Amino acid sequence: MYGVIIALLPALLVSFYFFGIGSAIVCATSVAACVLFEWAINKFMLKNERTTICDGSAVLTGLLLGFNLPSNLPIWIIIIGALFAIGVGKMTFGGLGNNLFNPALVGRAALLVAFPAQMTTWPKVGQLTSYLDAETGATPLAIMKEAIKSGDASVLDKLPDSMSLFLGNHPDGAGAMGEICALALLLGLAYMLWKKIITWHIPVSIICTVFVFAGLMHLANPIYADPVSVILSGGLMLGAIFMATDYVTSPMTPKGQLIYGVAIGFLTVVIRNWGAYPEGMSFAILIMNAFTPLINTYVKPKRFGEVPAKK
Amino acid sequence: MNVRTFRIGGIHPEENKLTHEVETKVAALPKQAIFPLSQHIGAPAKPVVAKGDKVKVGTMIAEAGGFVSAPIFSSVSGTVFKIDTAIDATGYRKPVIIINVEGDEWEESIDRSDKLETVEAHPELTPEEIVNRIKDAGVVGMGGACFPTFIKLTPPPTAKAECVIINAVECEPYITADYRLMMEHADEILIGLELLMKGAKVTTGYIGIETNKPKAIELLAQKCAEKFNGSAYQVEVVPLKQRYPQGGEKQLVDAVIRRQVPAPPAIPVNVGAIVQNVGTAFAVYEAVMKHKPLFERYTTVTGKRLANPGNFLVRMGTPMKDLIEACGGMPEGDNKLLAGGPMMGKALTSVEVPICKGTNSVTIISGDEAVRKEPQPCIRCAKCVSVCPMGLEPYLLAKLAAVQNWERSEHEDVVSCIECGSCQFTCPAHRPLLDNIRMGKSTVMGIIRSRAAKK
Repeated sequence: MYGVIIALLPALLVSFYFFGIGSAIVCATSVAACVLFEWAINKFMLKNERTTICDGSAVLTGLLLGFNLPSNLPIWIIIIGALFAIGVGKMTFGGLGNNLFNPALVGRAALLVAFPAQMTTWPKVGQLTSYLDAETGATPLAIMKEAIKSGDASVLDKLPDSMSLFLGNHPDGAGAMGEICALALLLGLAYMLWKKIITWHIPVSIICTVFVFAGLMHLANPIYADPVSVILSGGLMLGAIFMATDYVTSPMTPKGQLIYGVAIGFLTVVIRNWGAYPEGMSFAILIMNAFTPLINTYVKPKRFGEVPAKK
Repeated sequence: MNVRTFRIGGIHPEENKLTHEVETKVAALPKQAIFPLSQHIGAPAKPVVAKGDKVKVGTMIAEAGGFVSAPIFSSVSGTVFKIDTAIDATGYRKPVIIINVEGDEWEESIDRSDKLETVEAHPELTPEEIVNRIKDAGVVGMGGACFPTFIKLTPPPTAKAECVIINAVECEPYITADYRLMMEHADEILIGLELLMKGAKVTTGYIGIETNKPKAIELLAQKCAEKFNGSAYQVEVVPLKQRYPQGGEKQLVDAVIRRQVPAPPAIPVNVGAIVQNVGTAFAVYEAVMKHKPLFERYTTVTGKRLANPGNFLVRMGTPMKDLIEACGGMPEGDNKLLAGGPMMGKALTSVEVPICKGTNSVTIISGDEAVRKEPQPCIRCAKCVSVCPMGLEPYLLAKLAAVQNWERSEHEDVVSCIECGSCQFTCPAHRPLLDNIRMGKSTVMGIIRSRAAKK
């Protein structure tokens, strides 16, 4: 768990750099609330002798939840999100290791449904001292959605260029705190691969699937954005690297992980292009979380000495 | 150098080979020797001596109790004190023969000289004769499993042996008995291999050694070239990448000849390989050429806190206590006594347990290492799945055993588990995976046996 937290540090620092004080308040609130709820539910409701606070899982959930939120979100909404994430997403299933869905995404999904207005207005980067009063702007995904709805490909000209999407430093750029800079997230991925915390299967399969599928859509009709912008926008990197790879809610075998990753990538593009929300990553992951037990049951590792079935 | 290894899973535990360069000492005779009647896989041996009988070193004291069984020979001279029960390495009270030691008088048939007997000098040794002598000397697999060696040399008619693979991997941490044996008795081991090949009617042999034993690889490769070049046999020393559990029979076959033994009940000879430990090769040499039954073996006595860990040539039946005393005595504080190494060794409840045919080491784990860490919840990180050398899902098998779902356990191939402990070693949550899987495996095997018996 702490390895993943270390891997999140570059993205955390970048979010402080772009969103300043708002980012610090949102992250701190989210982490503190998640840890507090985990402790309280363990102690007063489950009456466990031992708490799971020290393993870092609640801190991680808090950080990931914070990364998914706009940096101008009021504290009370964040606390409700944390309660959903830890209380509903994790502890109702029996705590660490037993939850079916990624807790941070449960929190985010609940907030998105309950507070659609607050959860879909994103502050622009570079407002280091503002919190609730930050000026908001259109995210790249919102621009893409607008292009699809209007059927006018020229809307896409408003998209930042790929390099500023990669670094997150476009002056009009806007988005959730953790997802703004693809580079920082990729650094985290490199660290986790180096430390063997995760394997390449899930992130690579998600990103490749999205790239290929979005590329085909773009070729078929230019109102769909180019694949490079698609994989660098929104929560795709954050989701593929940190959310979908959550041990508890992802499949166990490499083959199962590839199936899971490809399905997430596919669903993400489907939701982004034809769904009601501009972003489909979190719903795609939640849907595939539900399929994980099924994948674990039917996709087995290759047994030693097994003769491959003859075709 | 072409370095091979097995293809699925595996781990790299800390080696802790404390006694690599410690020359083998001959252990002192015990005052009383204890011989469990069940020192091998299969039926227990049946006593052929009675209380008060005089025995010599090498006298048969119990005969084979069935086809899959092996006779047991006294390692000491003296008087049979009693036939009783005592706690053996399984932790249970089992029937044993106890002999009070008097002097050290050997059976005259045993050739005690150091003269190297070659196969060429003994044309009377037909394959059948070799197998019979191995059988009559009570030789079993010396790597720990203790399967009677003669059975491996006579495969079922459905399988055909193509090669003999000598298991000199010694991948288990701490243990160095096989390494010392190779350094000190390389010639005898190669003649043992030649006998095994002749007995199994094959001409191809391999010796698999991990690269952490470069001296042994060099020595055996040189001796092999001298001995087998130009002969009817092709023998190759195969350097193997260090990886646990390479010494597992199926992993070794995969590493050396790139063939995977199918799921049980298939055995290595189903893919043409007969695997024998180096200790077994040495025992075969002594049994066939020196008429010396199996009653002593090389054993490592080791532990980080032992004053003088060492390698011993020890008479079977010697209580572990004697060897631990010879190494400076049990260390202060908490200790865990293991028959075998830290990965596959069995924890013992008593230092009186005797050295048996399969005891390749006595390992003492001390202090904090002797204490198990508290298990945390499983977070399905899948590390156990990725290290399992049999391609199983340890997290699932452990859970199925815990909820006693035997039907699903069988469906998930629990009987393929080789109990190497890689899963438990790698588990970041310190979960007792292997303990549960062992329980599941033995229960499911019992169910399979009783189902077969009903038919």
